[in-house]
Amino acid sequence: MNRRMLLAAPLGAAVLGGGAFYAMLRGLQSGKFDPRGVPSQLIDKPLPGFTLAGFGSADVLTAKRPVVINFFASWCVPCLDEAATLMALSRRGVPIWGIAYKDKALATANFLVRNGNPYQRVAHDDAGSVAIDWGVTGVPETYLIDAEGIVRWRFVGPLPDSALDGLSKLAGL
Amino acid sequence: MIAELGHFGLAIAIAFAIAQAILPLWGAHRGDARLMQSAPALAQGQAFALTVSFLCLIWVSVSDDFSVLNVAENSHTLKPLLYKITGAWGSHEGSILFWCLILAWCGAAVSLFGDNLPASLRARVIGVLALSACGFELFALLESDPFTRLWPPPENGQDMNPLLQDPGLAFHPPMLYAGYVGFAIPFAFAVAALLEGRMDAAWGRWVRPWTLGAWCCLTCGIALGSWWSYYVLGWGGFWFWDPVENASLLPWLTGTALLHCAIVVEKREALKIWTVLLAIGAFAFSLSGTFLVRSGILNSVHSFANDPARGVFILGLLALVIGGSLLLFMIRAPLLGASGVFAPVSREGALVLNNILLCSITAVVLTGTIYPLFADLLLHSKISVGPPFYAATVYPLAIPVFLAMAVGPLLSWKRTALLPALVKLWWVALVAVLVGIVCAFGMSALPALFMAAAAWMILGALADIIERIRLFRVPLATSVSRLIGLKLSTFGTTLGHAGLGITVAGIAGMSLATQEIVLVHPGQTVELAGYQWTLREMHDARGSNYNARVATISVMRDGHLITTLSPERRAFTTQQMTTTEAKIHTNLLRDLYAVLGEERDGAAVLRLHDNTMAPLIWLGALVMALGGLCSLLDRRLRVAVPKRAVAAMGVERA
Repeated sequence: MNRRMLLAAPLGAAVLGGGAFYAMLRGLQSGKFDPRGVPSQLIDKPLPGFTLAGFGSADVLTAKRPVVINFFASWCVPCLDEAATLMALSRRGVPIWGIAYKDKALATANFLVRNGNPYQRVAHDDAGSVAIDWGVTGVPETYLIDAEGIVRWRFVGPLPDSALDGLSKLAGL
Repeated sequence: MIAELGHFGLAIAIAFAIAQAILPLWGAHRGDARLMQSAPALAQGQAFALTVSFLCLIWVSVSDDFSVLNVAENSHTLKPLLYKITGAWGSHEGSILFWCLILAWCGAAVSLFGDNLPASLRARVIGVLALSACGFELFALLESDPFTRLWPPPENGQDMNPLLQDPGLAFHPPMLYAGYVGFAIPFAFAVAALLEGRMDAAWGRWVRPWTLGAWCCLTCGIALGSWWSYYVLGWGGFWFWDPVENASLLPWLTGTALLHCAIVVEKREALKIWTVLLAIGAFAFSLSGTFLVRSGILNSVHSFANDPARGVFILGLLALVIGGSLLLFMIRAPLLGASGVFAPVSREGALVLNNILLCSITAVVLTGTIYPLFADLLLHSKISVGPPFYAATVYPLAIPVFLAMAVGPLLSWKRTALLPALVKLWWVALVAVLVGIVCAFGMSALPALFMAAAAWMILGALADIIERIRLFRVPLATSVSRLIGLKLSTFGTTLGHAGLGITVAGIAGMSLATQEIVLVHPGQTVELAGYQWTLREMHDARGSNYNARVATISVMRDGHLITTLSPERRAFTTQQMTTTEAKIHTNLLRDLYAVLGEERDGAAVLRLHDNTMAPLIWLGALVMALGGLCSLLDRRLRVAVPKRAVAAMGVERA
């Protein structure tokens, strides 16, 4: 019996390892698992206070419902990639508020006309100082704020379509 | 047209592989000689079809056919011809096709050189090789087709990552892949032995040369990769314990253990179950190495080609190949039977110790590589495992390996006494201790210990030869004639062990390396490691697909010009990427290494390294591979006359 167990041990280890890697791959695809990412310090913390032309942190708090905040810029090519995914997300009824990062207001407006406007509200962070407070590493970057104003989720880079389901669920839809 | 031909060749190869997987295995199961006989022709057919397919890929790459997606994404009209050819295996799709090609060649090699194998074993080995080939070729065809067309074709390609446009890296993947995939043959032999339910000394004799060949290639492949990171990435480091480097180290460690273990099977018919497990393990690590690099899971400087969607397909393949073989192992391994007995102190005992230690190192490196991933998955915590972990865990395990390496070859089989072997090594120990003491003055403790270990290994390896030719104890002429009479495989052992010693000396010596980052104007001189480095001038130069800024640095010592180095900074126009081209002057014991950085107000940032003993790291690897080659050449002759060898063995044992 002992000998049998010993001979089965390599298979057991391989099955465990294979299962774990499967979980990681699925996580990679849905955006839940990101081995490269540096975790945001904001997760499970209240969102940092800010006031910008467009909206401020107080507006997010008074919304009293989960809000997706997306940092973007008209000059950013990955944001162009992301535009279709964000449109799909907004069609599902998820409120998306955009913060244009280091961008000219006119260029932002043109960008939204050209590629569709998924945002309920758009704020302008010309100086990029709000992005610094949030610890944004680059555009696009997406945060989910829950109804109590706590940061629950963050994604660096363009959102993949596979993240839509998870994100809608997190947003309570 | 050519691309379609290649695509067709791949499809034909799959058809061959499916037939090759089914017919011989079924034939061996039913004892049908005709079906078993079909194996060699099918294997050669598959290899031929894939070779044609791969040549087509090289052709479309060389002829700048940008209507092929793979070429458009990885090539450019201005890319030098060498990299158009090597680019065929540089991209993800091409590398998978190349991987399949080597696997097919492995099958063909067994069919060509395996005439002396029993018919059923040969049929099974070729069949098992084809089973795994089917999977990976289907992956190439369905998920990563290198011949996909692009419409409309772009005017020009996007060019290859400039870091990869380097002669060292051009030949790193083929060597590495030949090593990875080469372990498929011992794996197939192991699975075939499990299917047969029988394994004997002859099995060990057949498996060893294939393992040796794969091991040599892997050794060269790893060394080339390390050398590339040393001079291309321009950090002056040679090994970073990066997950992808570890992924190539794991099969090397298991393969080294397998190499030694198979000797025990060959000579003494012992450790059979363990050897089978190692053969499966070496290939399993090779497969997961390929998989991990491509899946995007690993956080690494190497992730040039990855995609999680493809990862799921590969994971399924791995589950079939590795899981299936381990399941078979669980069920059939008890059939392989009890083994020959031996005392703990004996050649077998030493080889068991070697195996235990190598496998412990494998386990440690594996833990360090995947623990951060598991921690992230299960505990949601970000952990980074780096060189300090490996220094604390691998080095203590490496020291006993080094110690045992010199003693093992001097022990005799079955039962022996340790003391006489140790007495033979007294002068080696003395020299090693002296080296250690001398080094302790200039180095810190650990490198000095490693230098002593290196001396112990190199001289210990020579001591084996000296013992065999009874140097200084019989007249010199007798010694020389004994030396000529020695088997090549004896030199193989010596070179292999001494090679590792040389590498260890290089690694320890690197602790003396000094570097300095300086901002200098042309004409200015800086002093580093007893050399005077003068920046003479800087100028612009043009390459075929880049613009370069070249600095000329003269290195003087005691008023004599040692060398002139001209490091470059290259701006690649298509990829909009800047690379540094380090320049190295070596005398095989020391590298003078210069990198050109940014420029400011007419002054340039230079990074200057004096890397003592660094070349020994790769020289040692080369010597190791040479040792393998020696042993392989010797074995080839013995494999060619198996019947006589079997008869001789029988007499020996009687």
